[in-house]
Amino acid sequence: MTGNQSNNFMRKAVLAVAGLVLFYLCLYWINTQWDAYKVRILNLCAIYIGITLGLNLCNGFAGQFSLGIAGFMAVGAYTTALLTMSPQIKRAVYFIEPLISPLNSIQWGFLPSLIVAGLVSGLVGFAVGAPAIRFRDDYLGISTLGFAEIIRVVFTNTTHITNGALGLKGIPPHTNLYWSWTFALLCVFVMVRLTNSSYGRALKAIRDDEVAAEAMGVNLFYHKCLAFVVSATMAGIGGGLLGNLITTIDPNMFRFPLTFTVLMMAVLGGLGSITGSVISATVITIAMEALRVLEEPRVVLGIFLPGIPGMRMVVFSIALMLVILFYPKGFMGDRELGLDSFRNLAARFRRTFSHKQV
Amino acid sequence: MTLEIFMQNIANGITLGSLYALLAIGYTMVYGILRLINFAHGEIFMVSTYFAFYGIAIFALPWQVSFVLTIILTAVMGVIIERAAYRPLRNAPRISALISAIGVSFLMSNLGLVIFGGRPKTFFRPQFFQIPIQLGSVRVVALFFIIPVLTVVLLAILNYIVYKTKIGLAMRAAQWDFDVARLMGVEVDRAISVTFAIGSALAAIGGIMWGLRFVEINPNMGLFPGLKCFIAAVFGGIGNIAGAVLGGFLLGFGEIMLVAFLPGLAGYRDAFAFILLILMLLFRPTGLLGEKQRVRT
Repeated sequence: MTGNQSNNFMRKAVLAVAGLVLFYLCLYWINTQWDAYKVRILNLCAIYIGITLGLNLCNGFAGQFSLGIAGFMAVGAYTTALLTMSPQIKRAVYFIEPLISPLNSIQWGFLPSLIVAGLVSGLVGFAVGAPAIRFRDDYLGISTLGFAEIIRVVFTNTTHITNGALGLKGIPPHTNLYWSWTFALLCVFVMVRLTNSSYGRALKAIRDDEVAAEAMGVNLFYHKCLAFVVSATMAGIGGGLLGNLITTIDPNMFRFPLTFTVLMMAVLGGLGSITGSVISATVITIAMEALRVLEEPRVVLGIFLPGIPGMRMVVFSIALMLVILFYPKGFMGDRELGLDSFRNLAARFRRTFSHKQV
Repeated sequence: MTLEIFMQNIANGITLGSLYALLAIGYTMVYGILRLINFAHGEIFMVSTYFAFYGIAIFALPWQVSFVLTIILTAVMGVIIERAAYRPLRNAPRISALISAIGVSFLMSNLGLVIFGGRPKTFFRPQFFQIPIQLGSVRVVALFFIIPVLTVVLLAILNYIVYKTKIGLAMRAAQWDFDVARLMGVEVDRAISVTFAIGSALAAIGGIMWGLRFVEINPNMGLFPGLKCFIAAVFGGIGNIAGAVLGGFLLGFGEIMLVAFLPGLAGYRDAFAFILLILMLLFRPTGLLGEKQRVRT
């Protein structure tokens, strides 16, 4: 029995390593063969996968409806940007008010900057989550939205740290496919491990019935804070990667529409499904780019069609409305797509087949 | 600060407070009856300003006609939104309804962007509202009187509807308990429709006044005044109309006074409402005038 188990484990480990190697080989191939635009979209896909998973942890698995994700992303993006920008560029960018002392002379590597960004936004996540967990449902939503808005307003006004409304330019473009997809993979890994642990089950218990969960001995404060902090950390690192991908950030980037985009990805994929989030974040990020044709003027069959700015978001809002009205569980519900489900599908096919033969 | 500037600030505070109050009533009525933050309320308000604008600019209607039509159309729009986006989710988890509300809000502001264009428009200002009035040493236009007076009149009417008419009774019954109200023969759906119609009509009046007061209108103007007015409703005690009015006045007044007396904090004006909300929820979640919250299962 134990031999069988360790065999099984070995097989899984080998499969996982082989999968990873294949995955990174693919990334290498894409990185060298594809053009910069497609690579950039793939980077965005990976970043949004991580952030959507973070939101899904809080909103889907723990049932804490948080609308503050843009604020955490802002914290992460600014932290990473401030740590990775070179002192010369900082001097050039901060021409209204100089940057305060320790920050203006340091330049760190990308990895430590991202780690610090994750830690800082995790801390902010705790600061937001600790008071906010006393609220429920819509009040929690609007108060976390308020926190995000407060973060944005503070960033707009603390000119000597964030350069205010002008934002930061010339952030080193560190983000590449390896960084972003490693981040996405790590997020998936953390989510899978977390949701299959006692923590994950406690979070689901809180989602399903807070009072019952507490009666069963689940520490509400601890677990809700955990969900908030992990979610904020993911969003912070994602924000940092995003900032170093597009190389310029300003506080207005992190307004409510950003939260809406991420929320839409999580809802369309299914609140409470990891694979759902991964699929829908990828599809929506690509669709966001593909639907740009709607906004560009072009000639179809000799007729000039003017581009309609804003049409993409109309399409996405309608998609969200249709899903929430007619298919409220989203694409995946709270199910997962994995090797096992393929195996089950195959087994079902086989059963149907043999049944027909009899 | 001279007396004139001080008086001007008072006038600004009262006007903004009145506008917030008009919008906050819609939030508080809907939340009271459906336990739902009607995120789309701010967009209803935004669209109403465009109705009034286009009524005058394209259809060349006299402003009185345009304003009345705006109020009617906006009320109808509110009812349609409730039918299409909220009613199907009435028995769904509250979060679904909230996501639906956020979806409607985004759909409307983006549709607004597509249909009305992103460039801000200049609202028409009828001469009637611009008559200057001399008050001692202070000179203000008639609009500054019309807005608060109109708000008070509307409140009186609303009060009459809610507390003296049959449909008002139905609305209060539905607010108390859907199922029992239904058993007592109250048409809950109709009460909810009327609630949305009244809330949207008040939002339209607020929108028209907003246009007259701030002149510039754009498709993104709905979300944040909307959220602030929801905060005003929470501040006053959600579900309580008098509370919403009080909260709206205090919030509008507070914002203007914050900017007037502490110009250094003027940049934080937009955060003020949210800080207030969080403090309020932490220390007095039922609001200024709210009673103890009943938990409805």
